[in-house]
Amino acid sequence: MSAPRIAIIDYGRGNLRSVQKGFSKVGYDAIVTRDARVIGNATHVVLPGVGAFADCMANLEGYGLIGPIQQVVASGRPFLGICVGMQLLFTEGAEFGIHKGLDVIPGRVVAFPAGMTEGNTRLKVPHMGWNRLHVTRQSPLFRHIGEGEWCYFVHSYHAVPDDLSVVAATSQYGVLFAASVWKDNVVATQFHPEKSDTAGLSMLRAFAEWEV
Amino acid sequence: MLARRIIPCLDVKDGRVVKGVSFVNLVDAGDPVQIAAAYDAAGADEVTFLDITASHEGRDTMLEVVRQTAEQVFIPLTVGGGVRSVEDIRRLLQAGADKVGINTAAVERPEFVAEASRAFGSQCIVVAVDARRRNPDDAAAGWEVYTHGGRKARGIDVIQWVQRMEELGAGEILLTSMDQDGQKTGYDNALNRAASGVLTIPLIASGGVGELAHLHDGLVEGCADAVLAASIFHFGTYTIGQAKAFLAERGVRVRL
Repeated sequence: MSAPRIAIIDYGRGNLRSVQKGFSKVGYDAIVTRDARVIGNATHVVLPGVGAFADCMANLEGYGLIGPIQQVVASGRPFLGICVGMQLLFTEGAEFGIHKGLDVIPGRVVAFPAGMTEGNTRLKVPHMGWNRLHVTRQSPLFRHIGEGEWCYFVHSYHAVPDDLSVVAATSQYGVLFAASVWKDNVVATQFHPEKSDTAGLSMLRAFAEWEV
Repeated sequence: MLARRIIPCLDVKDGRVVKGVSFVNLVDAGDPVQIAAAYDAAGADEVTFLDITASHEGRDTMLEVVRQTAEQVFIPLTVGGGVRSVEDIRRLLQAGADKVGINTAAVERPEFVAEASRAFGSQCIVVAVDARRRNPDDAAAGWEVYTHGGRKARGIDVIQWVQRMEELGAGEILLTSMDQDGQKTGYDNALNRAASGVLTIPLIASGGVGELAHLHDGLVEGCADAVLAASIFHFGTYTIGQAKAFLAERGVRVRL
């Protein structure tokens, strides 16, 4: 097996360096790029993201990256969405109004409901910090980890797939939500693997090793 | 279920940790990069650097420290101290910080917090607040915001201030009790409880930890979402693992 050519899509949003350093830590070079040709030649593509859904979509569009992303997805090459990069894969997002997403996975991105509680504790939003994964499907991302790993989350919205069978892991925060999804050659995480210590790094390694 | 977080904090001056750290055998006990990596390995949930450098050259040194730390540390890294402009934040985030702490600049120009959160997202904007009791013996008298390392009173009520910071786009509040800081007698839990009660964003309690029970009290009585501590970890009084085991035994959910 030859070394993968991993491209991390740079559209002016997100902590790209830490994703790149995460891959480097587990022995893989990754290139940060917004060049459609580089993305087109990559064997593995990562869509990171922080910030607001509509703002991220507008930036992808502004850089002419929507077509290249759809081509990668259609080509069957391994594709990883992280945080807002996962949310963008859905049909539409409800952050600051309804906005269209990439529609790779049918479904919506919705806010955590107001006034969630756990016991006597009022739950704060954003959901920020370490939470555990309940693995519901053995996604290619999870080949080196077991049940109940702690991962680092920062988000106020979460994805609700139309077809719940794409959910690969759930977490509990007031509601049970999709922490990770897997559909064909596309995997995505609501948490940040690049900030989730050894469990997260092992997912980046599994992604780099993944041959569809 | 979300875990409560334990966050060791390092004071860094001109690229060196002030007073050093003695909790583990380090080649260089003053190197923030090595110490941050050791805290990551020990199970810390995040690491915070407070840059207390005065000079410009020192600031560039700090960026290099952040760059090197980000190559080795795969948990969230917060950097605060002297952050005054959107450009300061951009440089720190590009160097590899995940969150940036804003303190004095927020008091001097509150709109800065709104600008910063619009530019980079609330998730990376931590507003640090230094609080002092108006009457040391009576929490009911309230707390006042201080700046310049706790030397300058600003005539602002702390509880109203943290609410305003949330409205302007802060993603978290780091609240330090100047009364308790360095005292090793515990956090000001009346302060933390009052602040946590008005916030919908997470609260990090800071200032006063001397023993493990103080961490527990900060999370339970103070209703903090995370606890920041320095000396009890730096000088080997307790390890992060001991702190987490102590909390878990008492029913506090932590990442083990």
